[in-house]
Amino acid sequence: MKNELLEERKGQIHTVGESPFDMACNRESLAGAVSQRACVFCGSRVVLYPIADALHLVHGPIGCAVYTWDIRGALSSGPELHRLSFSTDLQERDVIFGGETKLEAALVELIERHQPKAAFVYSTCIVGLIGDDLEAVCRKVEERFGIPVMPVQSEGFKGSKREGYLAACKAMNRLVGTADTTGISPLSVNIFGDFNLAGEIWIIRKYLERMGVEVVANVTGDGRVADVQRAHGAALNLVQCSGATLDLAKMMEEEHGVPHVRVSYLGIEDMADSLYKVAEFFKDIDPDIERRTSELVREELEALMPKLAGLRKDLEGKRAAIYVGGAFKAFSLIKAFRHLGMKVVLVGSQTGTREDYRELATITDPGTVIIDDANPLELSKYIKEKDVDVFVGGVKERPIAFKLGVGFCDHNHERKIALEGFIGMYNFALEIHASAMSPVWNFMPRRRGRAEGTVDSGARGPEGKGCPPCAATAGGAS
Amino acid sequence: MIATAPKTNYVSTTNACKLCTPLGATLAFKGVAGGVPFLHGSQGCATYMRRYIISHFREPMDIASSALGEKNAIYGGGPNLKKGLINVMRKYAPEVIGVATTCLTETIGDDVHMILHEFRQEFGDLPLPAVVQVSTPSFSGTHMDGFHGAVLSLAEQLCVDQVEPTGRVNVMSGFVSAEDLRHMREIGRAFDLELTLLPDYSDTLDGPTYDEYQPIAAGGTTLEEIRSMSGARASLEFGTSLVGRKTAGASLEKRFGVVNHQLPMPIGLRATDALMETLSELTGQPIPEAIAAERGRLLDALVDGHKYIAGQRAVVYGDEDMVLGMTSLLAEIGIRPVLVATGAGGGGFAEAVHETCAGLLPEMPEVMEKVDFHDIAARAGELKPDLLVGNSKGYRYARDWNADLLRVGFPIHDRFGGQRLLHLGYRGALGLFDSLVNLAIERKQNTSDIGYGYI
Repeated sequence: MKNELLEERKGQIHTVGESPFDMACNRESLAGAVSQRACVFCGSRVVLYPIADALHLVHGPIGCAVYTWDIRGALSSGPELHRLSFSTDLQERDVIFGGETKLEAALVELIERHQPKAAFVYSTCIVGLIGDDLEAVCRKVEERFGIPVMPVQSEGFKGSKREGYLAACKAMNRLVGTADTTGISPLSVNIFGDFNLAGEIWIIRKYLERMGVEVVANVTGDGRVADVQRAHGAALNLVQCSGATLDLAKMMEEEHGVPHVRVSYLGIEDMADSLYKVAEFFKDIDPDIERRTSELVREELEALMPKLAGLRKDLEGKRAAIYVGGAFKAFSLIKAFRHLGMKVVLVGSQTGTREDYRELATITDPGTVIIDDANPLELSKYIKEKDVDVFVGGVKERPIAFKLGVGFCDHNHERKIALEGFIGMYNFALEIHASAMSPVWNFMPRRRGRAEGTVDSGARGPEGKGCPPCAATAGGAS
Repeated sequence: MIATAPKTNYVSTTNACKLCTPLGATLAFKGVAGGVPFLHGSQGCATYMRRYIISHFREPMDIASSALGEKNAIYGGGPNLKKGLINVMRKYAPEVIGVATTCLTETIGDDVHMILHEFRQEFGDLPLPAVVQVSTPSFSGTHMDGFHGAVLSLAEQLCVDQVEPTGRVNVMSGFVSAEDLRHMREIGRAFDLELTLLPDYSDTLDGPTYDEYQPIAAGGTTLEEIRSMSGARASLEFGTSLVGRKTAGASLEKRFGVVNHQLPMPIGLRATDALMETLSELTGQPIPEAIAAERGRLLDALVDGHKYIAGQRAVVYGDEDMVLGMTSLLAEIGIRPVLVATGAGGGGFAEAVHETCAGLLPEMPEVMEKVDFHDIAARAGELKPDLLVGNSKGYRYARDWNADLLRVGFPIHDRFGGQRLLHLGYRGALGLFDSLVNLAIERKQNTSDIGYGYI
């Protein structure tokens, strides 16, 4: 079958340099297109999940809770309540007669059992339909136990992940500003939009510590309710990611006057830039901070660069594709790939905005395909057309690459390897190297074809290199 | 003793021991040649289930969705369902689309039957694929109900005419691994029988790499095979939980007189014996030599290894029929299942467990139905098991209790190769037995002060 694009999808795919930038996005997913996207509930769950001492109760039938049970790598340095999957497991009866009684009973039972510091109650599709009054139930339970109980209005059908982020931020904003902030350093920040996958927040906190900056709250990786409650005492919010917590930062700016800067901890430049941004912000209070920061960056780079150089030798000229949830991460990844001598030929996201895509078009080379809300057929089409060596994405993208005999790097919420910080850049390079350089590709039909000259590698151009041992071993493989 | 859930006020679920109904349906539909599973609901359901299934099979699992938004939830999902079907036709050129509902569309009351009828009228000029529908409200039942429901729908909606006798045997194996399905075909061949496996995702969810991306993986039960199920000489249906229920096998028997043999899932010696005897009766042939030899090797291994595992105490959990099969195997080899638990609750489960263990155990295991891992843990913690037998979801508990975990069934997402794990037949029993003995030996070695080189 010819892998042509669906007419309705054409506006969401742009090839850099082929036409003036124009990109449709923020659309509802097309029915039947097998979108890689999730739902509003997923967005909320993603953001709030790592608050480790809160109860996360999913009000709905069992699926929504069970598919989000301990699937993320968000580590906690203390309590691990977030790793359990709580649900009201709504049954037909509840759908007919309403689920409020059950919700209240479940909340009471679970709060008594686990003594959480707060509770988040997630609304699912069906709850939105049957019209349970989450607000009222939460208020009642909140009064009874004296802990914050927050409804999260995350009915799955009300949009995409992005709307879920907003719902999560609204719920968290109820916590912000409810605790005492005395004793917080004037050099203080909140880490926003980081989920402490594989302990990444601990890396970033160490950097900030070395710079003399106090971290008040991690929102939400390794998160604690009490920290979020006094987050408004911080001088600055560092907002990572494409928007998971941007709404909360904006709310805090408006309500508490806490400014924010956008940061990224992925890749060398972005990591360093982010630290310099913090130093810049605090230099009037602490003039020495800039020196401390550049020293930190220098030390880290001195250790990192020689190690990268070794890996780069092998990776030079290889081609990468990126498909991630938020477009912001893609910016950092593109730069990271440059340090490895690799070329990004395809980049896309589930929820990017027009501005994000415009930026991507600016920083990528001509010919790069930019894609919004892609699906397996589109991704496979471009992996093949662009002759990709390594694909970066999540669980749903992995088999698409692997089926075509293409390397893959999991850059998702389940990962067990820290990819942030300078050490993260090294880990990332190791990951990419481990996949791209594996001898297994020599045995794949596609690669074998290329080595034998039966596959058109015209897309690759003269500068490209195949995987070096191909020609040597292909004969043995066939 | 038959225990029910220990809590008197069952209100909340912690770490469910079940999955939702539509998930099972999508798996069954994935086992049809040229089939695309389609969830009528919001986008998230399809994406979550894809992710979940991919983590076990490590294969593409495209599930289309009608991607309903707020407006559709109010005004009905019909237009999106139709549009979605058209888009799937254009992009995947499927032979069959399996439409399963979700809690959303069940609650808004979409009449899928009628919408599909309209669809066929409106687009009758196009070459339409077969569209099979199943009702899978996630607020009722488990993924196993969804699975069996989809198998029933496939048989009822696609096999509608009496065909000439084909000499084939229909096998509705239930939710087993890809390797199990391949092994069933092998068993069929040993008896010179052509089997129609419904479903058959052995290739679609465990296939090779491609040169060109295949929108729909090769393999699966063909439409032709399903349509010809009415001409089969018999049906075999695995799963004690199916007894007395309306199933694909029962429907084929009622409508076309295809005799339906309901058998326990053939895990362990006795259940496999039952399968072989049935096949032998059906074909009038003695049990083939190759299979008899496998049985012989299994018995020999049971003798060689029985002491390593003697008296171990096990907790078994998961889907009813997988749990029953594993309980049966454990009881046969001298491991004592002390607690047998499932998140499902169809009734009759405890009796089935006791029947399966009859004559093998000094005392019957405790049985729990309709429970979550919180309930299982509450009881299992007191029973101090050496061993857990079930899917990956028991990992944290096994770790807490310092017990071994033998991963079987679905999902296995913290180990590699779950789709290639063989459970069925003598060979499956032998493989599982080897694993159990080796777990015990490994533990002995690891906890020994001197670490014996020979055990």
